[in-house]
Amino acid sequence: MGMATSQEITKLQDIARNTRKVILETLAEAGSGHPGGSLSAVELLVTLYFYKLRHDPKNPKWPDRDRFILSKGHGAPLLYSILAQAGYFPMSELKSLRKLGALLQGHPDMDIPGIEMPAGSEGIGLSVGVGQALAARLDGRPTRTYVLMGDGEQGEGEVWEAAMSASKFKLDNLVGMIDRNGIQQDGLTEQIMPLEPLAAKWRAFNWNVIEVDGYDYLQLIEAFDTAEMVKNRPTMIIAHTVKGKGISFMEWSPTYHGTAPTKEKMEDIYKELK
Amino acid sequence: MLEKMGAMRNAYGEALVELGASNARVVVLGADTTESMKSGMFGAKYPDRFFNLGIAEQNLVGVAAGLAFGGKVSFAGTYAIFVPGKCVDQVRNMLCYADLDVKLVCSHAGLTVGPDGGSHEQVEDIALMRCVPHMRVVVPADAVAVKSIIKAIADIPGPFYVRITRGVIKGSNTPIVYEDGFEYKFGKANVIREGADVALFGCGIMLPETVRAAESLAAKGIQASVIDIHTVKPIDQETIIKYAKKCGAAVSAEEHNVMGGMGSAVAEVLTDQYPIPLKRVGVNDTFGESGEAQELLNKYGLTAAHIEEAAKQAIAMKR
Repeated sequence: MGMATSQEITKLQDIARNTRKVILETLAEAGSGHPGGSLSAVELLVTLYFYKLRHDPKNPKWPDRDRFILSKGHGAPLLYSILAQAGYFPMSELKSLRKLGALLQGHPDMDIPGIEMPAGSEGIGLSVGVGQALAARLDGRPTRTYVLMGDGEQGEGEVWEAAMSASKFKLDNLVGMIDRNGIQQDGLTEQIMPLEPLAAKWRAFNWNVIEVDGYDYLQLIEAFDTAEMVKNRPTMIIAHTVKGKGISFMEWSPTYHGTAPTKEKMEDIYKELK
Repeated sequence: MLEKMGAMRNAYGEALVELGASNARVVVLGADTTESMKSGMFGAKYPDRFFNLGIAEQNLVGVAAGLAFGGKVSFAGTYAIFVPGKCVDQVRNMLCYADLDVKLVCSHAGLTVGPDGGSHEQVEDIALMRCVPHMRVVVPADAVAVKSIIKAIADIPGPFYVRITRGVIKGSNTPIVYEDGFEYKFGKANVIREGADVALFGCGIMLPETVRAAESLAAKGIQASVIDIHTVKPIDQETIIKYAKKCGAAVSAEEHNVMGGMGSAVAEVLTDQYPIPLKRVGVNDTFGESGEAQELLNKYGLTAAHIEEAAKQAIAMKR
């Protein structure tokens, strides 16, 4: 490890800018899908995939690879755009997202190269991450497992079952991430089902908790690097983010949790993506 | 036949210990019932490959899935009322949707849990698991079959649900049908007795009852075939049709709701391909209650006498 150079950060910024554009173009073409929770976690996932994750798009089943598990399956447009840019499948596949016979299903499934877990039903991913981390430890593989959850997803009881088991098994090869954008489908998380104090909850479950600004590359990089040094405990990175980040009329909008932009709206979007 | 007794759970534990030695990929997971389930026998021998998740069945299934993604063959289970009862979503969206090498083996199914009462008597699990794509459903008839089945499915890729019983007789035993051994053939029903008047399809602890019913019918001059439908899914259509043609009337018997279980699976095959009269013996869409296992089987109509009566009715319906 080591601090990222300004060159590396510029590279991440460029990928993030393109990722945002690809997500919105893909959703406009599909005509349905979830922009809000894809846009919020762009920098988080771009940093993971293009700075930290040990993986090989030309050999997606490399046994020693790190695993990324998208537990909030509605973030599929974000993950697909990153996987395509990384080279897991052609960018042209994005045009048929959510269409009949397409490779890219509305939510991830196992036929898609680079996908480690099917998702769509919230709350299961961290349990699967615990199992992956146990398997890696049994085999003595260097694999690290990363799981991205939504903040609304924290309402699922299974998340907390998994939280207890990860600390029981002292899984320091497991990193959880929460896209803390404050909004779920029906409105604000603190109105629908209050989560705060969220960091204290995870600390109480014996996790190493790191809170970051989800758009500060130095903080994100430091969080991923620090998590690697922690022994005998799993790490939870709570990334403070903004739903719909980067597009003014989508930011803080529950509507754009699950509504795709129209093709007409793309004119406004291109102006904002400069 | 049916003279000896054996405990299905002991057979499960013994099979796991043998698998532990022969297959390094096998891992075992439990949820605070590992002593009772006898999966703890594996844990004592292979502690690094044994995980107790506590009272958390959704996480149990999710962690078993994660281990399977990581290249392991996961055997996970607890009492059938809890798995699949509390985690149909995890089974559906993870184990089955991703076609994972997770074998759910669950005990204490059916009415014979006994004194614990209706809250613990799982009579819907075959139905819940049978309708999920990719899932395979197996209901062993005795301890001999349990051992053979557990060892066999470790080498068959994909998800399984195996349903076992606490016991009918005090001491957790059930009658042994397969005294002379049992070799599991995936998806191939096992014909135990030949007779041309009526076909008796049984599974689990109701198989011994169908054998007894067949013996009683034979004493009255009625010859019954007895077929063990140990694999409810994928069901052996060929054997069912063969015996439908041979006998022209049939009975199914299972310790499960008559809706959605093995009898329903047999009915689906017959209705589509060779309609004959079929009487289904099972729990008649109701919950159970507290009582000793045999008392409950008597009260809810799950005995050899009930199967014999159903056989006579099915024969009378022949055209």
